[in-house]
Amino acid sequence: MSILERPPLEQVGRSVPRRDAHEKLRGAAQFVGDFVVPRMAHGKVLRSPFAHARVLAVDVSEAESLPGVVCVLTGDDLADLDPYWGHAIKDRPIVALDRVRFAGEPVAAVAAEDEATAAAALNAIRVEYEELAIAGTIEQALADDAPMLHDGPLRPGLFHGLGELPPREGNVCYRYRIDRGELQSVFARADLVVEGDYSFPAVYQYAMETHTVVAQVEGEEITVWSTCQHPFLVRAELADLFAVPLANVRMVVPYLGGGFGSKSYTKMEPLTVALARKAGRPVRIQNRVDESMVTTRRHGMHCRMRTAMTNEGNLLAREVDCWFDTGGYADNGPRVTATAGDAAPGPYRWHAYRVDARCVYTNTSPAGSYRAFGATHLQWIGESQIDELARRAGLDPLAVRRENLCRPGDELRSGAKPLDADLVGDVEKAAAAVGWSEPKAANVGRGVSVGLLAAGAHPVSTAIVRLEADGQVVVLVGTTEVGQGPRTVFAQIAAEELGVRVEQVTVRGTDTSFTPYDRSTGASRSTTIAGLAVQRAARQVWVQLEEIAAGDPLDPAAYPQLLRRHFGLAGGELIGSGEVAPTGTGSYAEGPVFWEVCVGAAEVEVDPETGVVRVRRTATVADVGRAINPQLVQRQDEGATLQGLGNALFEEMVFEDGQLLNDTLLDYRVPSFEDLPDEMTCVIVENEDGPGPYGAKGCGEGALAAVPAAVVNALADIGVPMQELPLTPERVWRRIQTLTEEGKWPR
Amino acid sequence: MAQEAGAPGRRGAVGLVIVELQLNGRAVRDDVAPQALLLDYLREQHGLTGAKRSCDVQVCGTCTVLVDGLPVSSCCTLVADVHGRDVLTIEGFAELPEFERFERAFVDHAALQCGFCTGGMLLTTKFLLAESRPTTSEEIRRGLSGNLCRCTGYHGIVEAVAELAGVDQ
Repeated sequence: MSILERPPLEQVGRSVPRRDAHEKLRGAAQFVGDFVVPRMAHGKVLRSPFAHARVLAVDVSEAESLPGVVCVLTGDDLADLDPYWGHAIKDRPIVALDRVRFAGEPVAAVAAEDEATAAAALNAIRVEYEELAIAGTIEQALADDAPMLHDGPLRPGLFHGLGELPPREGNVCYRYRIDRGELQSVFARADLVVEGDYSFPAVYQYAMETHTVVAQVEGEEITVWSTCQHPFLVRAELADLFAVPLANVRMVVPYLGGGFGSKSYTKMEPLTVALARKAGRPVRIQNRVDESMVTTRRHGMHCRMRTAMTNEGNLLAREVDCWFDTGGYADNGPRVTATAGDAAPGPYRWHAYRVDARCVYTNTSPAGSYRAFGATHLQWIGESQIDELARRAGLDPLAVRRENLCRPGDELRSGAKPLDADLVGDVEKAAAAVGWSEPKAANVGRGVSVGLLAAGAHPVSTAIVRLEADGQVVVLVGTTEVGQGPRTVFAQIAAEELGVRVEQVTVRGTDTSFTPYDRSTGASRSTTIAGLAVQRAARQVWVQLEEIAAGDPLDPAAYPQLLRRHFGLAGGELIGSGEVAPTGTGSYAEGPVFWEVCVGAAEVEVDPETGVVRVRRTATVADVGRAINPQLVQRQDEGATLQGLGNALFEEMVFEDGQLLNDTLLDYRVPSFEDLPDEMTCVIVENEDGPGPYGAKGCGEGALAAVPAAVVNALADIGVPMQELPLTPERVWRRIQTLTEEGKWPR
Repeated sequence: MAQEAGAPGRRGAVGLVIVELQLNGRAVRDDVAPQALLLDYLREQHGLTGAKRSCDVQVCGTCTVLVDGLPVSSCCTLVADVHGRDVLTIEGFAELPEFERFERAFVDHAALQCGFCTGGMLLTTKFLLAESRPTTSEEIRRGLSGNLCRCTGYHGIVEAVAELAGVDQ
């Protein structure tokens, strides 16, 4: 049906109130830490104080004898298992066996009647370590005489999704390369080349709810209540680790207190299950913030990049070398590295480019997913080089983008989905929103940035829609409500398809015993993929209703009567199921599911006396195909904008010899109300060009990649080009001093 | 913050002290450990899980409750120190008639996402409107800056509170 023939949508495209608002506002919403399971013991984790050491002996006899201690778990308790896990690379034991690879690595765990007893028992465990040489940074890990973090052959995990994993090269656990065109000859004919070395810090996602897991093991049945974004992937890893059938592992996921990638894949679940297995009763482990900080983080990165252009403003070639610090264990490092590699060239019509991205083990805490990974790392670098080239050529940065950006349908990567968005239109909207052509005051600059993020992950989702005898609708789908709003959006989709009110639809949290499979909640995939599964499931119910009605027009208010007619009693239900899989031809058969647009603009002001950067205006573009709930789309972009400002301006995990120095929120600052820009604009673009329901595609990550890049460009527009994030006052002030000495400031 | 008049009067069972307080408008009397934190007491002894634990260092505000109308980080407050006082949690606030307009404003502006910070945010807002009556958007931002939210980007919350305070954006 064409757009013109389709009846107007009633529930889709409306900013209906969040379905979970009532519970959440009243403090009634249940999070994992709010549950009490009968006979539940309290678990605590003994963590290594050393960044790299051999574990010679662990003496738990005193700890075990303390009154109130249920049990103490060490590596010795795992002899009946293959204790290594990791969805990308199976490189990580449930607790340290003979070696610790980062400060904070679990060495033992205690289950006790209460938290105080568990804490006392940790103090009573004696561990004998022999310290080893530390590779605390990427440079140290790549040195010729670097200590090797892992030996033996690389073991691929269940869900790396990266084809054949190349063998490990020293401490490089994964490498992703793209080579396109005759790079050297294209560079040779360039008029202008910009090159530099750049660094991006390790960043803490800070989901306010820390990782929390309750586990119970009864014979071969494992039940886990967890703060996890991807319950079905965790289920599979636990089934694999503990050698039980998939269906024997039951994952229950209520509301999550934020995720942003920090709760993607498996985190504290294997340890909690192992502890509960030994305890013979349910155990809860709830991280403190300092523990969650060393559970997962964003990768720090070094990058060397050069970009070539003609004097007339034609972009020619780009060369990118980058190194991602994945810490002691791979976590999602390989995927982050590959996604970064895809984001590195930027969406321009290059004649040639080369990307070489490496994922490097170091003796720091493991790094994994954080919203817009890869794109956030590289977009600010590539975009700042475009701006520098434009300045040298005397051209408007916006005009250079207009000239060189890929157009819809252009091939972006060999074999990948062509561009499915109007980037020129997007960046012009963002620029206009920060007053691109308005006059600027002294020390005020403006910047734009454009990028793409390969989004959607692997497109497998299923959903079940149940029409109850009273006309209420229940949607079962394994998507995690992390705050982004799927329970509201899916209710709108089901309501739209069945003609009922949104209030009649309830979307449940995940219990893998009953909820059908959804690959994961991340990569901006849920509305696009799980939403399509919900739409298909609801349509199946509709088809059944039409059959039952046998030609009578369908009246949603009369569904109860229709069901009663069909079943012969005030009971029964209609069940529809929907599936999305990467089969056949078309959108879901080729990757990525869609290209998430990362377009933004910023206007900033710098105080040259202090180095303080103040963000006056930001604009982001949510190019969502269709906004099923425009208000939720806008709020997603605003949240990503503030995280982007934190990443750009002050967030940084500081490691020294592998030790995290700022492991509290006193020392690790995240954006507060006072960091809001004076003006924050979110432009929603609806070209109905997404593969999801009603032409929708995902959002919520792009702004986080776009904003730091726009801020860096705005600062360079004032005359302060930066090659290191975050843009702390000290760093900016020092840069201004250097520029002054070189006679380049004020410009 | 312990005061003469507010100090727990008697000793309870071995090693415990007796506290008496108004909790969400009801008088309660409990035996607690002298080192027990208000947050744990509310969550574990009274099942009031609306106050959440996060930073443990009085930065994030998600454990906020009102003690005699003032916002307090319950993660860093001893139960013994609220003896004789009036404690209001989000569950108690939600029962008050005035809550309805707070709820409507937060719903209308989609001023919440994951909901983990929301209880603390609402209680601080209640205090802010009652005590300091902000007249500008800047005052609202400053007044709420002791409560972090990682999801929303704050914009919707400022809009909701501005509407409640009658402040033009």
